[in-house]
Amino acid sequence: MTVQELPGAAAAYRPTPPPAWQPRTDPAPLLPDPEPYRVLGTEAAAGADPELLLRLYAELVRGRRYNAQATALTKQGRLAVYPSTTGQEACEVAAALALQEQDWLFPSYRDTLAAVARGLDPVQALTLLRGDWHTGYDPHEHRIAPLCTPLATQLPHAVGLAHAARLKGDDVVALAMVGDGGTSEGDFHEALNFAAVWKAPVVFLVQNNGFAISVPLAKQTAAPSLAHKAVGYGMPGRLVDGNDVAAVHEVLSDAMSRARRGGGPTLIEAITYRIEAHTNADDATRYRGDNEVETWRQHDPIQLLERELTERGLLDDDAKQAAADAAEVMAAALRERMNADPALDPMDLFAHVYAEQTTQLREQAALLRAELDAEGEAR
Amino acid sequence: MTTAAVKPATMAQALQRAMRDAMAEDPTVHVMGEDVGTLGGVFRVTDGLAKEFGDDRCTDTPLAEAGILGTAVGMAMYGLRPVVEMQFDAFAYPAFEQLISHVARMRNRTRGGTPLPITVRVPYGGGIGGVEHHSDSSEAYYMATPGLHVVMPATVDDAYGLLRAAIASDDPVVFLEPKRLYWSKAQWSPEAPTAVEPIGKAVVRRSGRSATLITYGPSVPVCMEAAEAAAAEGWDLEVVDLRSLVPFDDETVCASVRRTGRAVVVHESNGFGGPGGEIAARVTERCFHHLEAPVLRVAGFDIPYPPPMLERHHLPGVDRVLDAVARLQWEAES
Ligand SMILES: Cc1ncc(C[n+]2csc(CCOP(=O)(O)OP(=O)(O)O)c2C)c(N)n1
Repeated sequence: MTVQELPGAAAAYRPTPPPAWQPRTDPAPLLPDPEPYRVLGTEAAAGADPELLLRLYAELVRGRRYNAQATALTKQGRLAVYPSTTGQEACEVAAALALQEQDWLFPSYRDTLAAVARGLDPVQALTLLRGDWHTGYDPHEHRIAPLCTPLATQLPHAVGLAHAARLKGDDVVALAMVGDGGTSEGDFHEALNFAAVWKAPVVFLVQNNGFAISVPLAKQTAAPSLAHKAVGYGMPGRLVDGNDVAAVHEVLSDAMSRARRGGGPTLIEAITYRIEAHTNADDATRYRGDNEVETWRQHDPIQLLERELTERGLLDDDAKQAAADAAEVMAAALRERMNADPALDPMDLFAHVYAEQTTQLREQAALLRAELDAEGEAR
Repeated sequence: MTTAAVKPATMAQALQRAMRDAMAEDPTVHVMGEDVGTLGGVFRVTDGLAKEFGDDRCTDTPLAEAGILGTAVGMAMYGLRPVVEMQFDAFAYPAFEQLISHVARMRNRTRGGTPLPITVRVPYGGGIGGVEHHSDSSEAYYMATPGLHVVMPATVDDAYGLLRAAIASDDPVVFLEPKRLYWSKAQWSPEAPTAVEPIGKAVVRRSGRSATLITYGPSVPVCMEAAEAAAAEGWDLEVVDLRSLVPFDDETVCASVRRTGRAVVVHESNGFGGPGGEIAARVTERCFHHLEAPVLRVAGFDIPYPPPMLERHHLPGVDRVLDAVARLQWEAES
């Protein structure tokens, strides 16, 4: 039986909204402005604090040098793998500097630089990638969650931590970082939904660097932008030029204050580009051309800021040299420390599986101890 | 039959060839996953398939394992044969809901009406210096779920033959590719690949009389090496490569153990709750009166997979296998 055949259907039918329907809010404020927000080279730059800009500059220069040094270390076999953030330094640095001391950072595996810019010892930040242990630092000491390898799984953690902090009445905001590819995972969806429903003090920063390994954004999503995804969850979405460090810093800081005030989560999409291959194990020539990379080199985060600072007379050659020198000192120290073999104790394999050792693990530890002793004697 | 050139080939090439041949023969075979198209997969196992068969037959999917396997379920319901790639062992975990709640049960749930011919390819296991989440051995989770086949090649020949069989199977197959053997080479004739073996047949890789090493996947070469080394000490070891944990070839395994009277199960996933416990129990149940010693297990430690710089201490190597073989003499001593 079709609808038309239902007795009296035609006469009775009137399109009315379902009885319980009430639009919650005007969705307009949630929609991202389609123009990525920019500061450098615009009028908005006049309002930026010169001291902050100079700090961001120093961190950018250090960050670029850090990326180059870590990449060089992979070539020497000192690092098992390094996912470079060359070209994305503005996002990394701004993320670190937008946080207050008590806030938490939930990085992805690519975000070593954000951790270093937050003050983490560079060698500790590289432990996972060198391969001596899975995490080289105490997350609670630095309020940096372990660098997260499975994609998007750290996002619900950030929501949970932020929620817990709010329940305790603490002034803590969590900043969770994820790549464009990671936004396709179910965990991304669940994290955003929880955050919005709970009004958790958390900010999501998507670094859209164009690719998930080889897959371009167009094959990843059909949404107008990744920031648009926010609307469906009931949180604001913001688009920002990810190579404009002042803009990223401002948008992040605004979102963090909003979260701090109880305003709930924000989704920020920073549009940037991965200049290097996905990692040293990847061959980027298989999926992208040199022209594209060249276009993005022309929109380099350091150059953008340098131009602004120079025009405003805030940066002269001496100041530039000073920043470069400081970066060089960091790189030299990093190189030297990374060239020393890490001291590893294989017995650590059993030390942290459970709070209390099981009988089985004690037996296995004894087996390894005997093997190591025999190896030592053989030598 | 043409006289095909026999050349060295890698396991990765044989796997790629298996998919290519399956796709050429059967238009319902579709390959999908993260980076399988343009890039040819992070291990290049799907290299060239998108070029040859188009994006619709070899598809770069969005980055979502549950989505990849979940859509494969629907595609299989509609008559396609999806071959999905999970990029690394630990990244299959987001897809477990689909695998366990649906892929494994659909045939049973529908009284045979809706079989799901899905092949889930998983590069798995350690020994390649990967950082956390790139080296897990997850076979015990899969084999604990009725409704799935669990298959793992150890040779270039089997990589081809077993993957062809997996794709042809009307049941879902979790196809575990030992990633540290991807670049292992063998003389292989890509023009006339070896026979496609039915899934579930173990093979005796080396015959011997004094004990049986029961193993599979990445541990097969370890056991072959151990058997050579043991020969110097008077042990004549038989090596059985299971090739499949589900179905399990009781016949070949038990025939071997009855001949030798002693057995060691060797695998790199953790021992407690691992496949070795099931295998040892089966062998004991069926061969009790033939056994001269308890069935022993040599496995990875019961720890989360260690960081690369420590993995050599975790992975069972030749020495641990030989130690176990030495312990098989226990009865003579007592
Ligand atoms: C759950 C999961 N699936 C697959 C992978 C393998 N993998 C590592 S990085 C990556 C691409 C990530 O792309 P994107 O999220 O855009 O971040 P980017 O690397 O560009 O920073 C993939 C597929 C993974 N780490 N986790």
